[in-house]
Amino acid sequence: MSAVTADAAISGIRRDVSRRKLLDQLFVILGLIVMFSSLAILVFLFADLVSDGAPRLNWDFVTSYASRNAERAGILAAWVGTTLIMIVTAFVAMPVGVAAAIYLEEYAPKNWFTAIIEINVTNLAGVPSIIYGLLALGLFVYQFNLGQSIAAAGLTLALLILPIVVVATREALRAVPRAIREAAYALGATRWEVTKDHVLPYSMGGILTGMIIGLSRAIGETAPIITIGALSFIAFLPQSPFSSEFPFLSFAWLRDSFTAMPIQMFNWVSRPDPAFHANAAAAGAILLGMTLMMNGIAIYVRFRYRKKINW
Amino acid sequence: MQTTTENTMNEPIVAHRESGRSTVQVVLDGERRAASSDAPVKARAAGLNFYYGSMQALKALDIDIRERQVTALIGPSGCGKSTFLRCFNRMHDLTPFTRYEGSITLQPDNVNLVSKDVDPIEVRMRIGMVFQKPNPFPKTIFENVAYGLRVRGMRSKALIEEHVEKALRDSAIWDEVKDRLQQSGLSLSGGQQQRLCIARALATNPEILLFDEPTSALDPIATARIEELIVGLRERVTVLIVTHNMQQAARVSDYTAFMYLGELIEFDATSKLFTNPSKKATEDYITGRYG
Repeated sequence: MSAVTADAAISGIRRDVSRRKLLDQLFVILGLIVMFSSLAILVFLFADLVSDGAPRLNWDFVTSYASRNAERAGILAAWVGTTLIMIVTAFVAMPVGVAAAIYLEEYAPKNWFTAIIEINVTNLAGVPSIIYGLLALGLFVYQFNLGQSIAAAGLTLALLILPIVVVATREALRAVPRAIREAAYALGATRWEVTKDHVLPYSMGGILTGMIIGLSRAIGETAPIITIGALSFIAFLPQSPFSSEFPFLSFAWLRDSFTAMPIQMFNWVSRPDPAFHANAAAAGAILLGMTLMMNGIAIYVRFRYRKKINW
Repeated sequence: MQTTTENTMNEPIVAHRESGRSTVQVVLDGERRAASSDAPVKARAAGLNFYYGSMQALKALDIDIRERQVTALIGPSGCGKSTFLRCFNRMHDLTPFTRYEGSITLQPDNVNLVSKDVDPIEVRMRIGMVFQKPNPFPKTIFENVAYGLRVRGMRSKALIEEHVEKALRDSAIWDEVKDRLQQSGLSLSGGQQQRLCIARALATNPEILLFDEPTSALDPIATARIEELIVGLRERVTVLIVTHNMQQAARVSDYTAFMYLGELIEFDATSKLFTNPSKKATEDYITGRYG
């Protein structure tokens, strides 16, 4: 081959490479635009809430009950209610969801019956939350006679996030390599020992992450807890979970009526007086802050476990 | 907890709660036999068939695994050597739609390892395994080795420490890890991880130790150390090793079985099989004509 044709071939290759690399660059730019626009919307929303609610964002707002006077109204009952509901939700959804996931992933035989269960668990994640509210109204509020209580709200939201917890837990369990299970089985471990000593501890990061993601979904849910009858105006707190006498814990609060952050916001937004809209914005900023904080914890937990375990 | 005879550490820890196991093992501990042919049979496969669903992977295998000898299984990829190895500790039971026929009887008590009536957990309590890729648990080095003991109900801290140290010494890794027992097993290099896995299996004093291509993920130096270790292990345990590396089989084993398409083609003393094979297929394989 002569030098001239060789040069022509090389410049041909270079033209081709630079054309393909241009496409590569274009995709990077497109990706950045899409990413920043979605991020910008969230930031804008948050900034808007904060600026609207700025005059109300102070300590008094957090420690006052709702009031007919917008200047004196606060979110004390709402955030305490939300916190208690989240505690109930977590304590119900975590064991039930994790146990269901362990059964499906580690124990259940692979047949049409478990296949149907699996598909339905995934489908449940897509059921509108108001449906859960109606179910809970019939089941928890009337059938189980829990009334319009924190327990009923917590159970409802637990039901709502159960599919999220189950799916996330299964993902986490599946991420434990088969080689690790085989190593444990080869030492004579039973299925339960393999699960409790290995699979579960090694997937705890993913499980907790899924749990927190589920809770941060539940914390903003409004429809189902309105359905079961959250009060929108409350000027007292549920009974304290701590008591001065043995066993120092009390569960009477479970039966108390409640309000929650999104309910309080909804109530304020629907009032004609614009002073209340500032309250709603401030409460919204705090709720969004709570959600972001929970997601932050999820990221941290995942990071901690990732550092400890890399296959 | 255990009797304090000098053989305490060499008795199989099948179930720690019943510490005084039969003394047959101890009697056989005597001197290492110079000639491998007079070693007693430790396990005998007879008419062993194995199926994945309707696919037959092993066909009527008959083979005697001799006590305190290293038996190598060689053959081209897909010949069933790993499948055969995994019958010994019933690893296939973890996969649905698998089926065994025939028998692998473990001596001296004549238990059929692949019988449905024998619990796979019981089998795995007696037979240890080291895998292709080092697979330490993401726990501390100490806990990795101690896990088999804990599963066997051993609770005494001192006893566990004693067994862990012995297993790590026997696996030629004690000096490298003795100052870092509380570090993660994953912090070790690949070769060290594999020796840790050997220690983990050895700690429970298995009667047979299975190796499934233990060096295929390791560099030549780490491989050499593992091979050296396997040769030494003969002193205390019956070894069955699958390898795709014929030189390795020749270096470490006393007996070699050549398998092809799920069948046992030839089984003989390693020195005989590699120098004077009786079957044409074996000769073709070891001379590199296929595989």
